[in-house]
Amino acid sequence: MQQASRHTLKAFDEDIERLRALISQMGGLAEHAIGEAMRCLIQRDSAAAEKVIADDKKLDALEVETERRAVQLIALRAPMAGDLRDVVAALKISGVVERIGDYAKNIAKRVPLLESAGKIEPMSLLPEMARIATGMVHDVLDAFVERDSDAAIRVCQRDDAVDDFYDSIFRTLLTHMMENPHNIGQATHLLFVAKNLERVGDHATNIAEMVYYAATGQHMADRPGKSPK
Amino acid sequence: MLMKEKMPLTPVTPVPAEPAAIAAGAHRKESSTAEVKSGSESARSERAEPLVDVSNQVNIEDSWAEKIDPAREPKMSANGVSVFYGSKQALKDVSIRIYDDLVTAFIGPSGCGKSTFLRCLNRMNDTIPSAKVNGRIELDGEDINASEMDVVQLRARVGMVFQKPNPFPKSIFENVAYGPRIHGLAQSKAELEQIVEKSLKRAGLWEEVKDRLAESGTALSGGQQQRLCIARAIAVDPEVILMDEPCSALDPIATAKIEELIHELRGRYAIAIVTHNMQQAARVSQRTAFFHLGELVEYGRTSEIFTNPRERRTTDYITGRYG
Repeated sequence: MQQASRHTLKAFDEDIERLRALISQMGGLAEHAIGEAMRCLIQRDSAAAEKVIADDKKLDALEVETERRAVQLIALRAPMAGDLRDVVAALKISGVVERIGDYAKNIAKRVPLLESAGKIEPMSLLPEMARIATGMVHDVLDAFVERDSDAAIRVCQRDDAVDDFYDSIFRTLLTHMMENPHNIGQATHLLFVAKNLERVGDHATNIAEMVYYAATGQHMADRPGKSPK
Repeated sequence: MLMKEKMPLTPVTPVPAEPAAIAAGAHRKESSTAEVKSGSESARSERAEPLVDVSNQVNIEDSWAEKIDPAREPKMSANGVSVFYGSKQALKDVSIRIYDDLVTAFIGPSGCGKSTFLRCLNRMNDTIPSAKVNGRIELDGEDINASEMDVVQLRARVGMVFQKPNPFPKSIFENVAYGPRIHGLAQSKAELEQIVEKSLKRAGLWEEVKDRLAESGTALSGGQQQRLCIARAIAVDPEVILMDEPCSALDPIATAKIEELIHELRGRYAIAIVTHNMQQAARVSQRTAFFHLGELVEYGRTSEIFTNPRERRTTDYITGRYG
């Protein structure tokens, strides 16, 4: 159901806009954190990785603020229908985005551990995988702000690419480990990095489902015209 | 999205672990609602059936989502009802069904026709000379506007509670006893007393007034007066109770008591309630009808209307975008 017009009570619109802005801000930070953690990983920049880890606190604080505002909005404005679905979605999405931030932090924590190791091949695949995963996060949060259910569906369709990257990196790392046990430590760290990125893609997909429900009132799995699996 | 099956070189198979963990979680959740917390995990494992439901089916009980058997007869039904006050049309072609174990709420802005429609259901509009009602309204399949329908009997079967509590200026006892007495429902004084007590109990007022039944009904507080009016409506053993903004003159505590009462009475009587308070409609009803400018715009499950209405006008109204 489309909701173009404004509320009679303008403060209501302002509250909902503020909630959306918070989610956008969180998304921007999480996206940047993943990208920056990957840059640190590739360029062996442990000092900058420290900053990624420290900056995760901002996301935690924003999640708390989102929850506070959402609860306040429910209590004071009694939102209904699409408004209610939006507020609930914002509440859930903030938790997921905070989690994405944790993955960035986890990747950043591995940077100093990999600093002395020599480069192994799968390193070159990870930045591209990260680019797709963060692109999904970016687009799905845009979809939330725009209430765009079609964009949400498109984000979900990109998750296969991330999963394929993960499978490919998994196999390659395994081969490296078997060929030379000296690589096991480094390869395991990289495997966790790949797994983290794969999870980011999954979380973006989950957010897409929340966005779809908020925008349409229907669950994505039940959408009309969807081919049964 | 979880690890894919095509994992190479892995003798330990992580794949089956995942669905098992998920299903076990679902199982726990189900048991916590169904069988409470009495059964510990160890007691549970003694049971013959497998701990894990592998069918991947999750049964969700939704207490708000009562299904209506399409073949079931409604308690009341309106077909193509229009109402004119003189030349002004107040209600346009309204068709709706009211079921006996559901509370149906009518919502909409002032002048939308919801009270007019409610008043059609027990022919209260007959009292307005300029009002003309078209269309068919049935109670248990009988046309309530038919010439052989006794309107006094009809109003006993379809009781009404008004916005402003209106007890008779008589004792509490007499307020409730009046209806059963004139309808000849009690053969003896003892039976009449029984009816009064039962009605006051059902209206949740007995404990507060049992020691002062001889006092005037008008001496009660607003909320108590409204419950007295409900007791009075119940006393003649109606089939349907119509409520026209029963709480709009009451404070929040008295309102909560009336809402609890509506909840208690549901199942015993078919209840239709007009309210300006959308939260109240959401709280007490299972079906909601939204009226606008004399039209029935949308009718459906209350849980659907308030989370995912289909019509733009409904959305605008319930989300506060109207006007």
